[in-house]
Amino acid sequence: MTQFHETVIKFENVCYETEQLSILNNVSGEFYKGKITTLVGPSGAGKTTLLKLCNGLYSPTSGEVYIQNKPINSYEPTTLRRNVGIVLQSAPILKGTVYENLALPYTLQNKKFPKTEAIKFLNNVGLDESFLHRHAEDLSGGQRQKVSIARTFINHPEVLLLDEITSALDPSSVNDIEQLILKINQKYQVTMIWITHNIEQAKRVGDYTWVMMNGQLLESGETNILWNNSNKYIQNFVSGVQEV
Amino acid sequence: MSYTTLSLTLIFVLIPLFLSKTLKLGLEKDTIIATVRSIIQLLIVGYVLKFVFETESIVYILLMITLMIVAATLNARKKGKAIKGITWKIALTLIVVEVVTQGILLGLHIVPATAQYIIPISGMLIGNSMVLSILFLNRFTAEVESSRDQIELILSLGGTPKQAIHKQLTNSIKASMIPTIESQKTIGLVQLPGMMSGQIIGGADPVQAVQFQILIIFGLLTTAALSSIMVGFLSYPTLFNERMQILKSV
Repeated sequence: MTQFHETVIKFENVCYETEQLSILNNVSGEFYKGKITTLVGPSGAGKTTLLKLCNGLYSPTSGEVYIQNKPINSYEPTTLRRNVGIVLQSAPILKGTVYENLALPYTLQNKKFPKTEAIKFLNNVGLDESFLHRHAEDLSGGQRQKVSIARTFINHPEVLLLDEITSALDPSSVNDIEQLILKINQKYQVTMIWITHNIEQAKRVGDYTWVMMNGQLLESGETNILWNNSNKYIQNFVSGVQEV
Repeated sequence: MSYTTLSLTLIFVLIPLFLSKTLKLGLEKDTIIATVRSIIQLLIVGYVLKFVFETESIVYILLMITLMIVAATLNARKKGKAIKGITWKIALTLIVVEVVTQGILLGLHIVPATAQYIIPISGMLIGNSMVLSILFLNRFTAEVESSRDQIELILSLGGTPKQAIHKQLTNSIKASMIPTIESQKTIGLVQLPGMMSGQIIGGADPVQAVQFQILIIFGLLTTAALSSIMVGFLSYPTLFNERMQILKSV
């Protein structure tokens, strides 16, 4: 079934090592256009590293990452990163107003970000105009994450990388963010790779799932691979996380 | 001052030694090493300066300045070991500082072109440049380490390395220059600078001593600005690779 989808990102025998550690070991696989692929696995499995390889914040030690069938290094880094956006778990916020944070992608290109556009993006993430001139540091965790998603989306990325964006949020904010991401995915056909520790969340939002452990891709396919899987590691991981 | 009189000043060394021993601070060894080194180094410098002043040879003057730059570079580079090529970056900064400041002082005949003026002034300016470089590198490496998230955020939104590190760079330049600027605000009120005090004790006219001190503090301002900015702008590109990725360890 997967072969009918257009591949946006492809990993081919990708390894990533630091001086002391092997973080990713021979990872191969594909991410499909307009689909949400969830990345699950225990801490230290190499999920965040894999995400940062997709937008060129890191480069593989060996192997190749392809974006739309072209080697990632053939893209100019700033263009690539605008096209493959990332939302981080910590939702880093710069000192200043929500508007200044939203305008950042424009400021970096020496362009002025119209306030009307900023309001439109705020509304899209479920925040009203009154937030525009509030200090970003005063926002709640959920509101910060919404501003962070809006800020990344201002570049109109074709791929959105989401690094445990709901892990620090209360259940109501988790639901808000999930609905927002699903809306963006459906409305703009954005390809998404979403790291989550929450197996139920992976089930709710994912079209496809990659299961990672110790830097290796154990399994990939439609999200239902997480259930009734014959692999003992995956069974243990799924049941372990569910028990927690 | 006779050597007998000078030896009495060792009381100032015995006081911290006694306090360190009593309070178990563990600084006795370092205090003794520092004392012995300062005596030997200053005595050697005294005789070397006497020789250079007497010969007035440009070769010896240049050799003295080179030695100062080498010693200052070797000391300052320890704080920026993770920055590729930090040794030549600091050395280049110190050379530029020396050339610019002495160029102005000698070129405009502000001071006579003699060893007696060139060497002490060079020592003060190079020394200050070394301290500024150390202050900058200390602050810069700490800022970069503590704000990797923000740096990666800007890179991931399509920013360049220069844009990504701009805040950390300017913060560190400002922080390293603040002590120089602040100390100049209270100069003469809180502390009498060493060179001026030395001249006055040596019998010089206090007004003339002040004039030379003004020359030095203005020179220090240029030194401070040049040192921090040059080391900063030479250093930050080496924290990134050609794919605009921030390197793992800084």
